[in-house]
Amino acid sequence: MLRDITLGQYYQTDSVIHRLDPRVKLGGTLLYIISLFFFSNPLGYLAAAVFLGIVIKLSRVPFRFMVRGMRAILFLMLITVVFNLFLTPGREIVSFWKLTITVEGVWTAVTIAVRLAMLIIGSSIMTLTTTPNNLTDGMEKMLRPLRVFKVPVHEVAMMMSIALRFIPLLMEETDKIMKAQIARGADFESGNIIKRAKALVPLLVPLFVSAFRRANDLAMAMESRCYRGGEGRTKMKPLVYQRRDRVAYLCLALYLAVSITVGRLVWLWI
Amino acid sequence: MGIVKAADVVYEYIRRDEEGNVEGITTAVDKVSLDIAQGEFVAILGHNGSGKSTLAKQINAILNPTEGTIWVDGMDTSEEDKVWEIRQTAGMVFQNPDNQIIGQVVEEDVGFGPENMGVPTKEIWERVEESLRAVGMYAFRKYSPNKLSGGQKQRVSIAGVLAMHPKCIVLDEPTAMLDPSGRKEVIRAVRGLNQVEGVTVILITHYMEEIIHADRVYVMDQGKIAMQGTPKEIFSQVEKLKKLRLDVPQVTMLAYELKRRGLALPDGILTAEELADELQKLRA
Amino acid sequence: MSIILDHVNYIYGQDTPLAVAALRDVCLQIPDGQFVGIIGHTGSGKSTLAQHLNGLLRATSGHIYFDGEDIYGKDYDMKKLRSRVGLVFQYPEHQLFEVDVFSDVCFGPKNLGLERREVELRAYEALRKVGLPDELFYQSPFDLSGGQKRRAAIAGVLAMKPEVLILDEPTAGLDPRGRDEILRQIKKLQTESGMTIFLVSHSMEDVAEYVDRIIVMNRGSVLFDDVPGEVFRHYKELEDVGLAAPQVTYILHLLKERGLDVDVDATTIGEAAETVLHALGR
Repeated sequence: MLRDITLGQYYQTDSVIHRLDPRVKLGGTLLYIISLFFFSNPLGYLAAAVFLGIVIKLSRVPFRFMVRGMRAILFLMLITVVFNLFLTPGREIVSFWKLTITVEGVWTAVTIAVRLAMLIIGSSIMTLTTTPNNLTDGMEKMLRPLRVFKVPVHEVAMMMSIALRFIPLLMEETDKIMKAQIARGADFESGNIIKRAKALVPLLVPLFVSAFRRANDLAMAMESRCYRGGEGRTKMKPLVYQRRDRVAYLCLALYLAVSITVGRLVWLWI
Repeated sequence: MGIVKAADVVYEYIRRDEEGNVEGITTAVDKVSLDIAQGEFVAILGHNGSGKSTLAKQINAILNPTEGTIWVDGMDTSEEDKVWEIRQTAGMVFQNPDNQIIGQVVEEDVGFGPENMGVPTKEIWERVEESLRAVGMYAFRKYSPNKLSGGQKQRVSIAGVLAMHPKCIVLDEPTAMLDPSGRKEVIRAVRGLNQVEGVTVILITHYMEEIIHADRVYVMDQGKIAMQGTPKEIFSQVEKLKKLRLDVPQVTMLAYELKRRGLALPDGILTAEELADELQKLRA
Repeated sequence: MSIILDHVNYIYGQDTPLAVAALRDVCLQIPDGQFVGIIGHTGSGKSTLAQHLNGLLRATSGHIYFDGEDIYGKDYDMKKLRSRVGLVFQYPEHQLFEVDVFSDVCFGPKNLGLERREVELRAYEALRKVGLPDELFYQSPFDLSGGQKRRAAIAGVLAMKPEVLILDEPTAGLDPRGRDEILRQIKKLQTESGMTIFLVSHSMEDVAEYVDRIIVMNRGSVLFDDVPGEVFRHYKELEDVGLAAPQVTYILHLLKERGLDVDVDATTIGEAAETVLHALGR
């Protein structure tokens, strides 16, 4: 059940996208998401879809793997779509009872669904092809200028990377604790909100105790391996832009130019 | 002086109640002295709560002795400016494999120690490769640690320490959470380090089968060293071991039982072959 | 209560690309009051099997019958089943949560909806049965030693008065004496109460002395299912699947090879000593 969440997971394989500098992927994802909000006609989305398709192909991550990650937010998507479908005023198509579907409603609903889907797949490509360590490395380097303002960039990056490493472990543990308590007759599923919140105590206490224990152990293990913050640390995988990264930036620029140009062409809009 | 030397080491835990008042003092390590030579394979045996882990953490300067001194390669562990050098000289592997792997990918985890030490990038890669090869995990270098078995995770942890080029490795119950095949894997890797790489090994455990190959064994009880000697000498004293809440390998136990029932067998038989040979002699 | 597993299959993550068969065509019959060891290495399906026995996992296909009743039947009360089949997981840390040991043990019976007096009576009785000393009853469960935590966790399940008790790796992480103490206590429980007990473990050596029957799991299937002596005859096959017979078995086989006429089915030190002495004509 909890294992279905693929957002934030890394998919092990070797591809051009995997080998790209994380800064390219971070910047690229950000720009890609922004571009999605610029389009005013279907052509823009088509361009974005083609671009996304190429990147997916290049990443060698099976498409079904990404779709699985979407299941978790399917419900959210559905609600947004339904709301927009029925509540947007405009030219009427069909109408029954108190609900009306309009041309504008259909367009908005479709746009939002497509946008959301692309947004999620787009950002999941980044996490699927970049190890969290690499990702935090990228962020650390991109945000380095902030150190001037006393922002503890290295520490925050390290914290994030550790958190990411422990999420799957703690999820598995939650599953086990839940089972252990269900075996003792605990009921997590019925009753009103207060009853349910109370039922969580036998789950949360062991989980927190275990998390603190792990934190304590990990701190000890890190210290014993001579970790003492970012000062004087070297990198096993230092970030240096390669030729492929420069090519990627070019492709990205090209994509932005093309998609926004065609995406904002007014005459195509009915 | 050996690579690790302890002189009259005492470690006390102070227990406090909720208001922070001292409730009592537990002496976890009580006047322990030992001297371990470079290249030795030493096992420290003891039941849970015998003080063996507390002793181990002091070798790595995670804890400092309340009384007495520990020297690692001639450095006093209580000297604060030597801490990092000490930790690099005597690396440490802990019990729970999940709580000591920092990297998301095997090779990144092994590189963590050298990164902290400021080793140049090119050399980190060399160290990571040779360390992973030494524990037989090179083929898994691109894997996520979550996909490995317990035994494999512990071998990665050992490689992580090895990449720091220590002279000595302290392993604090590295097999306690593993299944039998994982246990064998880890012990094989540890023996390899000792014999091939010449790294001093201090293995802390409560599994008897794991110490048969040690050069020397210390048995701890209530914070003190209760017994010391070669594995053979230790296993000759079945009754004493039982009293210390420990066990002996089944073959030793069987030989002991047969001897008790009147067969003329020597003490401290450690392998099935030995027992068969001795029984052969009896029949002749 | 008798248990029958009829062609039980379980697939993890069905309908996903990562589907794995965790149980394959498992058929078993367990009569009342038996002490059963379920042995297998990590990932062999032994824990999955255990979780089927109290309905925590539902078989993908096949049937499980308790006292002749199909637990997947429409009107079958799963909650009742869980109180009749107690399951203690490997790490006691996963279930202990209350401020003191006694309240923690009360959690199970309280969930059964019993009145307070009965709940406390049961908790007290259960703590007694696992041999936890009185002075620990009102201590925080987090301050206990490994062995004591294990006992508290077992008591927490025993207090629900199950007819079947399943223990998943109850000795993991304990030192040799702690391990022997727990196993002896469990054996005592079984003989005194007549409960059916399943002991899930990866160590043959640990369980050989105590159980009546060993079920060896490998890749989700039952590989062997017999009395310990018979199972250990296959010590070579056991090795192929990452398990090992107790060291005694190896010693006896070696002695036999060297021409000593010993009975290789002996599983404990006592039995082995007996047969060696006998073979030597003493």
